[in-house]
Amino acid sequence: MLICEGEAGGDYYALMTEAMHRLLLERGVLAPEDVDTLVADLTAPNSGWGARVVARAWVDPGFKARLLADGRAGCAELGYPVREAQLVVLENTPALHNLVVCTLCSCYPRSLLGQPPWWYVSKAYRARAVREPRAVLAELGYVLPESVKLRVHDSNADLRYLVLPMRPAGTEGWDEAALAACIGRDALVGAAPARVP
Amino acid sequence: MTAPRFAVGARVLILDLGKHGHVRIPHYVRGQVAEVERYCGAYRNPEDLAYGRYDGPRIDLYRVRIAQAALWPGYAGDAADDLEIEVYDHWLAPAEAGGRGETPPC
Repeated sequence: MLICEGEAGGDYYALMTEAMHRLLLERGVLAPEDVDTLVADLTAPNSGWGARVVARAWVDPGFKARLLADGRAGCAELGYPVREAQLVVLENTPALHNLVVCTLCSCYPRSLLGQPPWWYVSKAYRARAVREPRAVLAELGYVLPESVKLRVHDSNADLRYLVLPMRPAGTEGWDEAALAACIGRDALVGAAPARVP
Repeated sequence: MTAPRFAVGARVLILDLGKHGHVRIPHYVRGQVAEVERYCGAYRNPEDLAYGRYDGPRIDLYRVRIAQAALWPGYAGDAADDLEIEVYDHWLAPAEAGGRGETPPC
């Protein structure tokens, strides 16, 4: 048996989790490898997967069209199963910038991008991204030109969202791996542009 | 399965049902007039699912679009800025003249 101790001795919740795990194994509800598989499913997704999806869309117009029509089907083409919901892909253009927030909690396409950034789940971001999104973007380091329309997406219910950022200038002819390196985690929710590293 | 009640482009009023508990329609959009952007399919009601009621009917879900200037008096961004949010059918009514958002604020 694993003994879990916090600074004050036994950690109540860790012990309860361990006890529950052992009971589920004893009763045959879980097989020993099931929890490992679940943990792997939770920890494997990362923003690099989203970056590869975007890079493919930049170089392959047919893929981009399919991705915009059905985000989950597009990601599945690259071997990334989006498990939790439909995925709506939001294309940034010179005239329109998209920003994603979940005001009610922290909805995020975790099966594709992994865990969200700390600020995405903060109450400050959740409250302010809808009310003063341009100020929030500026504080995150991205001053959106006045001429670009800003569309905020509150990811409040049953769908999930991925932003397709604009391809940076000067990347003509780059391969997908080099393009993917331009796409950081924050760009995939519209909190930053894609940038040449 | 019946056709969705609202077509893309329809103007709808987001109701304030005053429900407590696990409700997915935030206060800041209640009472607003919005435009249907897309139909998203039908989903079991999170207001039931959160309390272990898994056998309720599926409810139509829409994405609707609202002008930021209508949501936030004194909104500092561009006049064209807007917001999209998902709303379940039972939180929507056809927008009629006189609904909040139909007339500019005093």
